[in-house]
Formats: sequence, C-alpha cells, structure tokens
Amino acid sequence: MVENNSWSRFVTHCILILGVALVVFPVYLAVIASTHEAGTFLSGTLPLLPGSQGLENYKQVLFEGRSRAGTPPLHTMLWNSFVMAMTITIGKLLVSLLSAFAIVYFRFPFRMFFFWVIFLTLMLPVEVRIVPTFQVVADLGMLNSFAGLSIPLIASATATFLFRQFFMTIPEEMLEAARVDGAGPMKFFKDILLPLSITNIAALFVIMFIYGWNQYLWPLLITTDPEYYTIVMGIQRMVTGADAEPLWHLVMATVVLAALPPILVILFMQRLFVKGLTETEK
Amino acid sequence: MASIQINRLGKIYTGDVRAVSEIDLTIKDGEFIVLVGPSGCGKSTLLRMIAGLESISEGDLFIGERRVNDLEPSERDIAMVFQNYALYPHMTVYNNLGYGLKNRGFSKDEIKTRVDAIAKMLEITPFLERKPKALSGGQRQRVAMGRALVREPKVFLLDEPLSNLDAKLRVQMRLEIKQLQKRLKTTSLYVTHDQLEAMTLADRLVVLNQGRIEQVGSPMDVYNRPETLFVAQFIGSPSMNLIPFTEFQQSDNQQLLSHLPATTDILGIRPDQLLLSKPKEDALRLDCQVCLFEPAGAESHLYVKTPLGQDLTLRVDIDPQVRENTTLSVYIPLNKVHPFNQSSQRRTDIQ
Repeated sequence: MVENNSWSRFVTHCILILGVALVVFPVYLAVIASTHEAGTFLSGTLPLLPGSQGLENYKQVLFEGRSRAGTPPLHTMLWNSFVMAMTITIGKLLVSLLSAFAIVYFRFPFRMFFFWVIFLTLMLPVEVRIVPTFQVVADLGMLNSFAGLSIPLIASATATFLFRQFFMTIPEEMLEAARVDGAGPMKFFKDILLPLSITNIAALFVIMFIYGWNQYLWPLLITTDPEYYTIVMGIQRMVTGADAEPLWHLVMATVVLAALPPILVILFMQRLFVKGLTETEK
Repeated sequence: MASIQINRLGKIYTGDVRAVSEIDLTIKDGEFIVLVGPSGCGKSTLLRMIAGLESISEGDLFIGERRVNDLEPSERDIAMVFQNYALYPHMTVYNNLGYGLKNRGFSKDEIKTRVDAIAKMLEITPFLERKPKALSGGQRQRVAMGRALVREPKVFLLDEPLSNLDAKLRVQMRLEIKQLQKRLKTTSLYVTHDQLEAMTLADRLVVLNQGRIEQVGSPMDVYNRPETLFVAQFIGSPSMNLIPFTEFQQSDNQQLLSHLPATTDILGIRPDQLLLSKPKEDALRLDCQVCLFEPAGAESHLYVKTPLGQDLTLRVDIDPQVRENTTLSVYIPLNKVHPFNQSSQRRTDIQ
C-alpha cells in the first residue's frame, strides 16, 4: 500500500486531473465551438465560453443539413447510424450466442474444426477483407442499403469466443438438471443460458454498439446515396464536401451529436451491468 | 412408484474403457437402494445411466414395465438430486421447484398447490421468493430435494446429495431423507462413498467395485457376512482385519484351523471381535507387539503387529494399560471369523 499522506494524495490528484483535462478539453472545445458563429472558429482565437448561436446551429444541422455540400440533415444520418449499429449489435449477439451454444453443448462432426475456423477470423477485421467484401456486396446489389451496411459486419469471432468461454463455466449439472426437468435444448438456451448470460450480453452490447456506431471506412465505401450516409462518415463529407470553407461551427455541432448516442448507451447499460452483477450468480 | 429391472447393464466409453459391466439388479417398488463403493467404482455412472444422462452401451433397463434404454431423462419419470444441487441461480426457489412442472404443461394453479405442499413438507416456505444464493447449504439441499419430489416421480435418484454439507447437518439430513422416503415410499437409488450413510439409509446395499457388483444385501447382512474380500475390507470402520494362514504357525492353532472349510487360506475378523483375554469358546492365539493405543472415548483403538509383521486393529472399551513395544496375546474366537480364499477373493463357507 502507498502511504496515505496529504502530499502523495496531492500529487496523485494532480496527475489524475491533468489526465482528465487532456481528454476532456478537446471535447469541451467542440461543444463551445458549436455554439458560436461561423467566423469565430476561423478567426484563430476561440473563446472558452459558450456563444449565443448554439440553438440555431443545432437546428440547422439537425433539420436542414447542407444541401450545397450534399450532406443530408443530421437526423437522417443519426437514424442511419442507429439502425446500422443496432442491426450489427443484435445480429452479432444472436449469431454468436447461437454458435457458442452449438459449439459448447452439441457434439457434431468437426466441432473443434469449426471453432478454430471461427477463431481464425479474428485475424481478419473489416479493413483487411474490405476489397473482396466490397466486391461481394456490390455483386449482391447491396450497395446503398442497410443490409449492405450491416450484414458484412455481423459475424463476430470475439463474441462467439467470449460466450463459449462463459458457457463452459456453467456447471454441467445445470444442463442435466434441465434435461431431467424436461427442458429441450432450445428451452434450456432460453430459460437457463440466456438469463445467466445477461451481464455478458449487456457488456458485449455496449462494445458492439460503439463498434457499429464508429464504423467509418465501410460506410464511406459502400454508400454513394446521401439517404444512407451515417453520421461518422457524414462528418468527413461535411469537411471535404464543397470547395467552400468548412463551416466549423456546424461540423462541431455534428461531432457533439455523433458522440452523444454511445454515451447514452453506456449510461443506460451501466445500470443493467450493476443490476445483473448483483442479482445473478453462477 | 415402480420397480426397476436391470439386466446385464454395461457402459463402455470411447477408447474401450469399461466403466460398468454386467450389472444385474432387481429393485422392488418402494425400496431404498444405496449404491456404495470407492471413488471410480462406477456407482455414479450406473446412477446416471438409470437417469438417462449417460447412454447405455449394453444390456436392458426397465422402469416399471417400460424399457427405457433410449428414452430422454424427462421421459423416464425419474427425478434426480445432484451433488452440487444444480439449482437454477437466476430463478427464485418457487420457480426452481415449479420449472419441471411448467415444462410438463401443468397449470399455474396446480403448480402452486404442489409447490406449496412440498415447501411446507420440507419447511422451506419462508424462502420461496428467495434466490438460491441467499440460502444456506442445508436450505439449498432441501430445495434440491423439493425440486425432485414435487414432480412425484416413479424413481428418485440421489447422487451424493449430502457430501457438500458439514458433518452435523449431514446426520440431520440423512435422518430426514430416510423418514421422507419411508413416508412417500418412492423407489429410491442413492449413491454415496460414505459407508455410514450407506448402512443407515439402505433397505438394501449394493457394493460396487471396478464397475461390478460385489454384493447385494441388507446392510446387516453385508456387514455380518461379507461375500468377498473387497466387501469385507470396505464395509465397517475401522475395516476388518485380514490374516493369512501363514500367521498361525503354533500347533494348537493348526488343529483349530482344520475346522474351517478346506479352501480357506485367509481369515477376516472385525476389530471389535478380537479379544485380549482367552475366551471359553475355541479361539486362535497370536502373540503380537503393541504399536499404538488411540484413546477416543467409547471407541478406542489398539494397533498391534503380528509376528510376521501384519498390522491388526482392535477395538477396546477400556484402556488396556499396555505399553508400546511390549508383547501381548490376541485371541481370535473361531465362531466370529470370516473365512476367505485369497485367489478367488470369495468367502469359503457359502453353501
């Protein structure tokens, strides 16, 4: 244990506050910038206090967009991002829960082979397989669609692996008790495994949602129709969109709005973590 | 309620490992059978085969009139209590008890009636809304029993249900299980490695060794007339002394030994039957060296060594007042010995 005197406490607090400031200050700047007029950001010195244009700026990005630069109103992009992130998250959870269930509880030929094949795909993130995946999605006519945005990202070795490890810690007697109690495989899955996995599901939900929400390269590649722009790539379109100067105050407003949903998801799911952790037990 | 008929049952695991072989057993309706044996003797495997949790490699299994070899556990009309209870941690006690009934399509009202009745019988009514982790070991044990009883199964299977409890609770639960079974008269199979549990609970004892049945009989039969050397050593604590004939060199001993069946070459005698003074009836005598006296109240043990170096255990009531490394005479009453043959491992005085 470190001695708990006032001097060491002062130093540790200084370091911690410095760390927090380093992370928070740019975010604070973005929030401030989004409340000023167009010229303020470009003038070189940015005030550290909120301006008066906040409401108008947000109204403009949310409902009008910048038609000249070809970016749709923000609410469309927010919705697109949300649909994509949710589809990826729920898809990943469903696929990985079921495949982990199969790998742990069923004896079928090449079981371990399939497990290792799934495991190997960990080495192939989207960025590595992006060209062939684009080809496949294009050939299937899924460019500019929600299916194209989300389906290629659904398969998840990470989640499958984590659920497999978790299922293996559940005592075998649980399965046997369920069998004696007349529960078939799917009933066991639904009544016993799912409720026991709820904390893991919640944790993975947060991770997967943020993963889906922050997808940048993939939506950038396969969407050309502004109808399907997601917000993270939308920011990029806004910056490089037209020959005109980027409207930094609007970009900043977009940034703030783009960061909001993941924060909300974390705050909301955190409750479920705590609840799950205190109420269930293996 | 049902009888169980087991015909030449066997279990072979992949790689030709035999866990259980040639089990023949008929269990009467309402009987309490205890399977006992050292760890790895196949007793749990046998129970799990009856439950349907392990597939049956050979032989036939009948519960009632039905051959159940290929039925799922839920279709065999059995209930099982697991060693670690295997309660569903996310369900309340009430739901734990009702889950099997729910899966069988019982109505909500009927589930409630049955669960309430069982909870009352096992005195767990105050805990019905709790989750298993909020219960003590003994209470969990009761819930596990209740989950099995609530379905009113034909056969009740228990796999070392008391081994996770402390000694005091174990004795109490043992008594309750026995009383419960007497009242409900459900055919029961109970697996344990604890011979005290086995002796006290069983209507009939099945002693298993290396996947085979060594002896079947009432606890006192098995104790009083062990049929094999294995049973002789396994049942009874401290275990039976086994003395080969070579120990009895003195001529008066030789004359007495001729009364025993001809093939006998090893004698078994319980520690409490050995005497320190010469009795009236015929008795063999061995001059032994005292090794250790272990006072333990009612059951003190005296350890001695025969001339040829064999260890013997005596149970004595009072302190025999002997010093270590002195020699004393131990008498073996001839009418109390169990004659065995070393090569066949069997008792020699079976008609």
